[in-house]
Amino acid sequence: MNRIKTPLDFETIRKLKAGDQVSLSGVLFTGRDAAHKRLVDTYLAGQELPVDLRGQVIYYVGPCPAKPGKVIGSAGPTTSIRMDPYTPLLVRELGLRGMIGKGHRSQKVVDVIKEEGAIYFLTIGGAAALLAQRIKKAEVVAYPEFGPEAIYRLEVEDFPLIVGVDSDGRSAYDEGQSKYRLIHSVVGSGETLENRR
Amino acid sequence: MKEIHVKDITETVEKLCIEACTTLGNDWWQTMDKAVSQEESTLGKDMLGIIRENAKLAASTGEPICQDTGTAVIFLEMGQEVRIAGGNLYHAINEGVHRGYTNGYLRKSVVSDPLIRKNTGDNTPAIIHVDIVSGSDLKITVAPKGAGSENSSGLKMLKPADGEDGVIQFVMEVVEAAGPNACPPVVVGVGLGGNLEKSAILAKRSLLRPLGKRHPQPHIAKLEEEILRRINSTGIGPQGLGGRITALDVHIETYPTHIASLPVAVNIQCHASRHAEAVL
Ligand code: SF4
Repeated sequence: MNRIKTPLDFETIRKLKAGDQVSLSGVLFTGRDAAHKRLVDTYLAGQELPVDLRGQVIYYVGPCPAKPGKVIGSAGPTTSIRMDPYTPLLVRELGLRGMIGKGHRSQKVVDVIKEEGAIYFLTIGGAAALLAQRIKKAEVVAYPEFGPEAIYRLEVEDFPLIVGVDSDGRSAYDEGQSKYRLIHSVVGSGETLENRR
Repeated sequence: MKEIHVKDITETVEKLCIEACTTLGNDWWQTMDKAVSQEESTLGKDMLGIIRENAKLAASTGEPICQDTGTAVIFLEMGQEVRIAGGNLYHAINEGVHRGYTNGYLRKSVVSDPLIRKNTGDNTPAIIHVDIVSGSDLKITVAPKGAGSENSSGLKMLKPADGEDGVIQFVMEVVEAAGPNACPPVVVGVGLGGNLEKSAILAKRSLLRPLGKRHPQPHIAKLEEEILRRINSTGIGPQGLGGRITALDVHIETYPTHIASLPVAVNIQCHASRHAEAVL
């Protein structure tokens, strides 16, 4: 198990390889579709951004509301690819270094990760109650009007991650799945399955 | 005639929304135990272990299993001897959803218009399916459905000549395209036959069947097993990180169809296979 802290530098990032399990402590910022769009629009309009993302990690999550006395409600990852149109700008221009979500990324994002020495982490989709327990502090720092889609600053301890796309552009999904695949993929091939009767 | 008051319906729906989002059935636990023992990948086993640990934690703390507490999909089986008293049935159900999602601190994920996209603030309206049955009971099932798996679902109007092979091919295409986005291990619900909308409802309804239970008709039961075998040969595995257990089960429901049609709907359910029911 690799233990890392935020903010991330390239020394840390380059040691992490696709499929590695990682335990992260430190600060995460949350952000989903609406927050990404607003950040990009604000930057392109030349206005000041509400958060400094240099070296930081964004967690794609829209948590449940916190019960009284709790830090946050259940908080697992959402599907990352919806953020892909905004990600290259966040990494290149705003200095974002890590992302946490679930699912594949587009080739454009993989290319940016490689070029900029960034990293894409996965965490366990649907393990939201467990992940919420690793969040020790949560405060809204921007866009409260977005409700669960607001930008929160989270402080996490031992947050469980898997390296999804490493800084060489390798994918944990591709490498993991190829070891266990027994039949051809049918996607987009139009080809017939094996053992057809 | 049996009279059921809308107040009781509202209270029941409120309770079921919270119960469904925080606890999973015995069938789920048994199937997961089996999945852990069958998984060959170490990372896959770890993922299944975390998913189980999370479900245990949710049940003991009352926190939602997943933050996407979904759209509230509600199935009613309403006896034709039932009379609803005190108000409108649909209003009563939506009031129950409003209370359940508010009092249960569940996430509100419904927008009022698909293009304007403003959150309704209380997860209403529910999506309600009603079946009229014999008798004087009202059975209410609440099945919250998250977007990760729902967005990975699909429907295709096959040609009758495509037959069983065509059905298998389409289900496999949907499952492969869903990959990690649908939070595997998934449950695959298939609606076969009927027409466009009938097949979709059959697929959704099939997800309510207990895991591990086969279709009563032998040729459909066999097809379920065959598709499950193929899905678990894709290597997608738990969370898509590679492994044996991509699906926990495949459920197919069928309906008579037109001489020229072979509709197939595939509704993917993530591992958070949530539903709770009560009979009034
Ligand atoms: S697909 Fe299911 S488990 Fe995954 S995030 Fe959505 S609701 Fe949760």
